[in-house]
Amino acid sequence: MEQTQSFWQFVAQQQDKLWSQTWAHIGLTMISLILAILIAVPVGILITRKQKLSGVVLGFAGVLQTIPSIALLGVMIPFLGIGPKPAILALFLYALLPVIRNTYTGIMEVNPAVIDAAKGMGMNKWQVLTRVELPLAFPVLMAGIRTATVINVGVATLAAYIASGGLGEFIFGGIALNNSNMILAGAIPAALLAIILDFLLSLVQKINLKSIRVTYLILPFIFISLSSFYLLPTQIGGRMLGGFTPEFMGREDGYLGLKKIYHLGIETVVISDAVMYKAAFDHELDVISGYSTDGRLKAYGLVILKDDRHIFPPYFAAPIVRQDVLDNHQELEGVLNQLSGVINDSTMTSLNYKVDQLKQSPEKVAMDFMVAHQLYKPAKGATKGTIRIGSKIFGEQYILAQMYKILILGNTNLAVETKTGLGGTKICFDALTNNQIDFYPEYTGTGFLVLLKPDKKTIEQLNGNTDGVYQYVSNEFNRQYKIKWLRPIGFNNTYALMMRKEQAQSLHIESITDLTNHLNQK
Amino acid sequence: MIKAENLIKKFGTSTAVNNISFEVKEGENLILLGTSGCGKTTTLRMINRLIEPDSGTVYINGIAVNKQQPEMLRRGIGYVLQNHGLFPHYTVAENIAIVPRLLKWKSADITKRADELFEKLNLNPALKNQYPADLSGGQQQRVGLARSLMVNPPVLLMDEPFGALDNLTRISIRKEFRRLDELVKKTIIMVTHDVQEAFEMGDRICLMDKGEIQQIGTPEELLFQPANNFVAGFLNDQRMLLELKSVFLIDVLPGYSGESSLTVWDRMDNLLHPGNNTPAADQLTIDQLMSAFAAYKKR
Ligand SMILES: Nc1ncnc2c1ncn2[C@@H]1O[C@H](COP(=O)(O)OP(=O)(O)OP(=O)(O)O)[C@@H](O)[C@H]1O
Ligand SMILES: [Mg+2]
Repeated sequence: MEQTQSFWQFVAQQQDKLWSQTWAHIGLTMISLILAILIAVPVGILITRKQKLSGVVLGFAGVLQTIPSIALLGVMIPFLGIGPKPAILALFLYALLPVIRNTYTGIMEVNPAVIDAAKGMGMNKWQVLTRVELPLAFPVLMAGIRTATVINVGVATLAAYIASGGLGEFIFGGIALNNSNMILAGAIPAALLAIILDFLLSLVQKINLKSIRVTYLILPFIFISLSSFYLLPTQIGGRMLGGFTPEFMGREDGYLGLKKIYHLGIETVVISDAVMYKAAFDHELDVISGYSTDGRLKAYGLVILKDDRHIFPPYFAAPIVRQDVLDNHQELEGVLNQLSGVINDSTMTSLNYKVDQLKQSPEKVAMDFMVAHQLYKPAKGATKGTIRIGSKIFGEQYILAQMYKILILGNTNLAVETKTGLGGTKICFDALTNNQIDFYPEYTGTGFLVLLKPDKKTIEQLNGNTDGVYQYVSNEFNRQYKIKWLRPIGFNNTYALMMRKEQAQSLHIESITDLTNHLNQK
Repeated sequence: MIKAENLIKKFGTSTAVNNISFEVKEGENLILLGTSGCGKTTTLRMINRLIEPDSGTVYINGIAVNKQQPEMLRRGIGYVLQNHGLFPHYTVAENIAIVPRLLKWKSADITKRADELFEKLNLNPALKNQYPADLSGGQQQRVGLARSLMVNPPVLLMDEPFGALDNLTRISIRKEFRRLDELVKKTIIMVTHDVQEAFEMGDRICLMDKGEIQQIGTPEELLFQPANNFVAGFLNDQRMLLELKSVFLIDVLPGYSGESSLTVWDRMDNLLHPGNNTPAADQLTIDQLMSAFAAYKKR
């Protein structure tokens, strides 16, 4: 579906977005950096005076830096919410170590004879610091600032995960959409930014300072107040705020469709799905894009808005099996179909909830379910061969794989080997076609849009047509790959818009159309 | 002028300076001499309060230094460090302007004084805009001295000022220094571990060992009336040379009427290397000089 569009066309088309992302990126980097310098330089100086503290302080700053960036961003959300604030704090923490360490090393490396001479000539402590120690430590200190800058430009891309903007929006959107132009439109400016900032700072580094004047310290404050303007838009906020994943933002069957078909006019931020649900729960966001069977739906008290105009394609799950496997084991198809129609959306949501939120093992959750629905039978004993079940790398797929394992063991004489955690769609499907696994659960929408990639006309024709899509993938998979789609399990794990239950109820919003009407009201 | 009374300084459990007292008169040149680690630097730095003594007091002009603000005190005392301690990020001109700037001198005055000192110290004015790293060791040392002399302090503390130089440069700079009128009037305390340097530069020598003074006196007193075996032993290696250099002709030769500052060594040099020197007017031979010297020593 990716139109053959050149990189430059993409850039030209997305110019405005690119500029705003670049500015946001510079803003995030520079504000956090300057804050870090304002704190880290005095701390660095302090630990040259109180050597005993140096180990503790450097150790602490070092530990901060080993925290994975995503985790650090995640930890901030409960305190600071989403948006630039937690991102700046995280970047600030990352920048501390290089600046503190280099301030410390720089000052410690100043020739003691020179400091001695300074004192001996009658300079007071402040004069020794500002005229001798800091100017002489300056190149080393600047090296630390350069390191911090380059780190921050890189880490700031991750800020896109928590709705802070920046070039990460393109990068992660591009990765999610498999759109290399989009990835490059984010990655190239980010790299250039790192190179340019580093170069400018290298020029500063070469300046021979005779003394550090207090007036220099005022400049950063001016800079911060100027650059903080970029923060304002998200801080004013509208009536309702939507938080969508980078992938969702770029998809026709996502945000683009919402705008086109529903004329939804909502203020949006880009955010990672790892923190999106929690942010909605915490009232940071009002509307989010999620998956309809996600366990967090239940955990955070969210409801799905009805897609009354059918922009989200159906993603019904069903096992897809290589035809030769079915031919060799005639009994298999009937056994696997025992699960068909058994699990609906809310059942799947609560099963996922048990695995993702309550941290129960997929084996236990599957077993409990099968026992409760009289689908469990003791294993018959394997004599006839082995079936290899694959699954993608998330909870729902693990659960389904376990359920099929129980069915096969209880109803056939086949042994089962599970190959779970096969990364994404592509990896799973390749494993299937290359005879490394025999079947795995797939979703109709994924088979349709990702694996078959039909032309635009077919997509529009079948849009929202559940049976039509199922028929289409069944036929095409059989024809192209000799792979059979068994009957759907029942639930539809599709994109969905979600809101907090109380808010949706109090505003009487049940469908996306209701939401649009509500937003257009005033 | 400077008086140290019962100075004691310990670093942890080791005693660097153990109960030292001495006095330096105005215009006098006192040398702190001793082996490495005997406490010379520590003693010197207690005078300008870079080190605070554990007990004891230093007086300058009768005022205890610990009653004065350290910065103010130090601006009035010239301080020359072992390895010059020039600011690497300042040009030569900026380096020597440091103390006058602290004292809020006018730029014109600073330039004038700098030019004057450059001339006296044989420094090429072109060096002014260079950085210390571009100078030779000898030049750096002169600049260091110029810096300490800029505001014409009455007291000068020098810690191995020639320590970093090679022997030949050292000897020649030393000679220049002795001739400098700027230095003649000053009260100077200078640290060295070089015996010859001490004998050449010092009005009096304070010989130290393990943080204690072994003897304090003129070069001749140390040579001819050593207070103990340490002093005698310390000078033994170069005794002959030192004696020749520290005994004046006027004391050896009855009826001598020439230059009063000439030593026996100078006269010997004159006799042994006639080519390099203007021959003396008298008819003295090397044998006569030697026997006169021997007779002097027996007295
Ligand atoms: N800041 C210090 N901390 C601990 N010990 C010190 C300190 N300064 C000097 N010492 C010790 O005190 C003793 C005297 O040191 P000082 O520097 O006065 O010796 P010095 O006579 O100047 O020697 P040198 O000729 O090597 O310069 C030495 O044993 C030295 O190790
Ligand atoms: Mg010393």
